[in-house]
Amino acid sequence: MNQNDINNLRGKTAVVGLAESGCGMASGWSAMEIMANSVHDALDDAGIKLNEVDGVFAATAFHSMAAMSLSEYLGLKPKFADGSQIGGSSFLSHILTAALALDAGLINVAVVAYGSNQKSIGGFKTISEAMPYEAQYEPRMPVTAYALAAKRYMHEFRASREDLANVAVSARDWALLNPRAYTYDKGPLTVEDVLSARPIVDPLGKLDCCLVTDGGAAVIMTRSDRAKDTKNTPIYLLGAAMEHHHRMVSEMPDLVRTSAIDSSQRAFKMSSYKATDMDTIQLYDAFTINTLLFLEDLGFCKKGEAIELVKNNNIGPSGSLKVNTNGGGLSCVHPGMYGLFVTLEAIRQLRNSAGDNVGERSGGGWIDNAKLSVAHGNGGVLSSQVTNVWGVSETL
Amino acid sequence: MPENLKGLVGPEQQFKNYLSEGKFMIQRCKSLDKFFFHPRVAFPSTGERDLEWVEASGIGTVHSTTCNRRLPEKGGDFNLSLITLDEGPRMMARVEGIEPDKVQIGQKVKARISILNGEPAVIFDILQG
Repeated sequence: MNQNDINNLRGKTAVVGLAESGCGMASGWSAMEIMANSVHDALDDAGIKLNEVDGVFAATAFHSMAAMSLSEYLGLKPKFADGSQIGGSSFLSHILTAALALDAGLINVAVVAYGSNQKSIGGFKTISEAMPYEAQYEPRMPVTAYALAAKRYMHEFRASREDLANVAVSARDWALLNPRAYTYDKGPLTVEDVLSARPIVDPLGKLDCCLVTDGGAAVIMTRSDRAKDTKNTPIYLLGAAMEHHHRMVSEMPDLVRTSAIDSSQRAFKMSSYKATDMDTIQLYDAFTINTLLFLEDLGFCKKGEAIELVKNNNIGPSGSLKVNTNGGGLSCVHPGMYGLFVTLEAIRQLRNSAGDNVGERSGGGWIDNAKLSVAHGNGGVLSSQVTNVWGVSETL
Repeated sequence: MPENLKGLVGPEQQFKNYLSEGKFMIQRCKSLDKFFFHPRVAFPSTGERDLEWVEASGIGTVHSTTCNRRLPEKGGDFNLSLITLDEGPRMMARVEGIEPDKVQIGQKVKARISILNGEPAVIFDILQG
């Protein structure tokens, strides 16, 4: 097999259950308890019993051997487990690995899970080690890295802080339609609000940065033959790919071009769809610059043109591109590693459109007739990039 | 490389040792005639191991720059930049001797070795003219 023949995983597996737990503030709950609640709720959603789970995939900043700790907590003896830690995109890579293990017959039911109580125990939590050749200068990671990329982007494409702020304004507009969002009742943002927020690392201010919340999530995956018999609309994994080119921002080959160019190209190729076929677009927006970079790198516009694409709230609820429809990491939830929430939103939109009850939203919060979603995860400092393409059965 | 590595130090420690001696040294692959940073045991991506240490010219260009906001009682705002050395490689460093938010992409800078948090560090100043 070669790179031209990578569609053997297309449609072979599906998500049949999902849940989130403790999003926002979950005082009195540990990261493990939040993660385990998510797993049990997702299994209930799927109608699958705990003891049928034989594949466990997990990452969190609170457990260095997360898959093993979670398995023990749940009382499982998995036949395959993966706790790969590549930052916030880990879960999208776990989904790829789970699909491989399911398709190979190593396992029959996989759970991919995450949990964090960072907010209720004091703030942003990371297990990232200090970077050699960088730490001495005291960068405020990860913000400094994203600020370096943002500054370079502004320089190369004559972009302004207003261009970045447009992203935060649209994200908030989506959150105002989503009762699950942390900022659901916090009112809209203006560009001026974003520009006048407390500066953190120039050019990024507080409202260019994601939320700091608690929260956990889980999805349940099976092979597609079994997925047909579960109680929800199965959502099929049509394409998945990952790539990374650096760990430290000082080693990033090009500050304004991420390896999402490569991951998305291969994921779309596997799916047999292209970016413009996607009905919903869920991008890992840890900072406002992310959304601009990923809109370009996934192929929604040319390099440097995202600043035009996000003008006039065009990625907001009334716009032409349905981007980060839950409110994103900027305005919905961000417990430190956001990747599984990108996935949840991509799948929830498709299930809602197919008639499943996945929660209430105000007018326009659910996308009519959504059949295809792209979920894109980012990890580290624009380092690891993982793209998943999801679709309903008629897209197979 | 001898299997037990005895009597030698790794490139990270060697880089620091040079800094302690007041030298900003970077590695060069002899067969490729290419410089690279950060220090490694072999040339990244193709693995050549015929390396030598060469004193950097210290001249570079600001590739990107940020002002990191910090409370005055904790030391105040400071600059953090990515510098592309004239030899080719890029590195993180601070640009000093100028307001931390006044550094511009494209400015030429020159390295000096200073002490940062008790350890020798490469710091850059704006190259005038």
